[in-house]
Amino acid sequence: MENLSVDNLLGIKYLNSNDLNLIFKTADNFKEVINRKIKKVPSLRDVTIANLFFENSTRTKLSFELAQKRLSADVVNFSSSGSSISKGETLIDTVNNIISMKVDMVVMRHPSPGASVFLSKNIDSCIINAGDGTHEHPTQALLDAYSLIEKIGNLKNKNILIVGDIMHSRVALSNIYAYQKLGANVTVCGPKSLIPNDIESLNVTVDTDFINALKHCDAVNMLRIQNERMSESYFPSVREYVQQYGLNKSILDSLDKKIIVMHPGPINRGVEITSEVADSDQAIILDQVENGVAIRMAVMYLLAAKLK
Amino acid sequence: MKPKKILGANEISTILNRLSFQLIEDHSSFKNTVLVGIQPRGSLLAKRIATLINNYNKSNNLKIGYLDITFFRDDFRRSEKVLKANSTKLDFSIENKTVVLVDDVLFTGRSIRAALSAIQSFGRPLAVKLLTLIDRRFSRELPIQPDYCGTQVDSRLNEKVIVNWKENNNEDSVYLIKNN
Repeated sequence: MENLSVDNLLGIKYLNSNDLNLIFKTADNFKEVINRKIKKVPSLRDVTIANLFFENSTRTKLSFELAQKRLSADVVNFSSSGSSISKGETLIDTVNNIISMKVDMVVMRHPSPGASVFLSKNIDSCIINAGDGTHEHPTQALLDAYSLIEKIGNLKNKNILIVGDIMHSRVALSNIYAYQKLGANVTVCGPKSLIPNDIESLNVTVDTDFINALKHCDAVNMLRIQNERMSESYFPSVREYVQQYGLNKSILDSLDKKIIVMHPGPINRGVEITSEVADSDQAIILDQVENGVAIRMAVMYLLAAKLK
Repeated sequence: MKPKKILGANEISTILNRLSFQLIEDHSSFKNTVLVGIQPRGSLLAKRIATLINNYNKSNNLKIGYLDITFFRDDFRRSEKVLKANSTKLDFSIENKTVVLVDDVLFTGRSIRAALSAIQSFGRPLAVKLLTLIDRRFSRELPIQPDYCGTQVDSRLNEKVIVNWKENNNEDSVYLIKNN
């Protein structure tokens, strides 16, 4: 019987394509479960999971918590505001204290890139990365790829465009890894100042011409402008960004084919995409959110199977 | 040990006919009775029996569904292998219906225990019955017995019953083999 090749989910980088397909296959089953009248299965009833959120989150936190509850796991939540972090406790100490309370699995979001990898090297517990700074956000990439496959089938040789703040986006990096492992071609697009210099080493194409890039893609992932991660100004003004890289209905309609529009949320309506596009039938933004629960159930189910 | 043939195609055909008639006798029109095959191995048996019943009744009234019990099993994280799920397909309400659970082999009874929990996610059935082709008696770990039974087999714990269906394996047959 198949099994994941990893014991933690730290990033898409560490998964292989079999892992991805196993997660998607399992998510299919969970998607059916969460559409039942009674949306709960008892699989993880003897597993305790701690959600450690050292950074704000609405969707991811809710999605993880719902997924855990649908699997009948016991859940404890922790957010850094009002915690001993402000008293100077280190990350390892905080997590070790929580694990001492017999927690089997840790879901962590942290503002520092590599925080979950660092943690996995220092503590003995199953860790799921729910976003670490500008590094990776694996479950988001999994649900993006899963939602896209649901719409356009196998991603082999499909062209996927990621637009926006590639530099500060953990979604971008995880997406690039996931799509490439599934055989798709990835193009990134955005202001030069927001595209890392050595991005070509990941085998992605860089195109700063938004319209041209759109013409050649099957799906576009519009990233959010992350003001909170920008210590300086990367483009002259939001208005100029919108003019060059904002997706509106008339651009979408001018393309030869109907492309799929994705957004990891939260949307800055009128910046990356207009409301008209976000609410159009080409956008699968709410499917992404729905699938997020099924994907996270699949990930936790498969990782729980490997707990000692 | 050489595989021991328990049932051949003719015997299976006779048994399936008998089981179908037993169901027809008890549930006549199947207005309030549904067949639910337990995935993956009970589904083919459920399909076969449904076809026989529909042919006899000259109708397609009999509703048939497939139930996956993976997430309800009690050996998750207790065995080496990951439990891999199959699809569930129940397109009808089971509320106030008699559900006939169908599986090929009844052994410890744990799968049926899981199925009893799983079926509750879809409503409250009026009654639940159990139909199995093979009943490995004396090896039960839970108080579960079939209501409709093809044949009983006496076997040791280290033996395994293999059911082949012509849809998958080119022949209808049941073998007893030594499990390594």
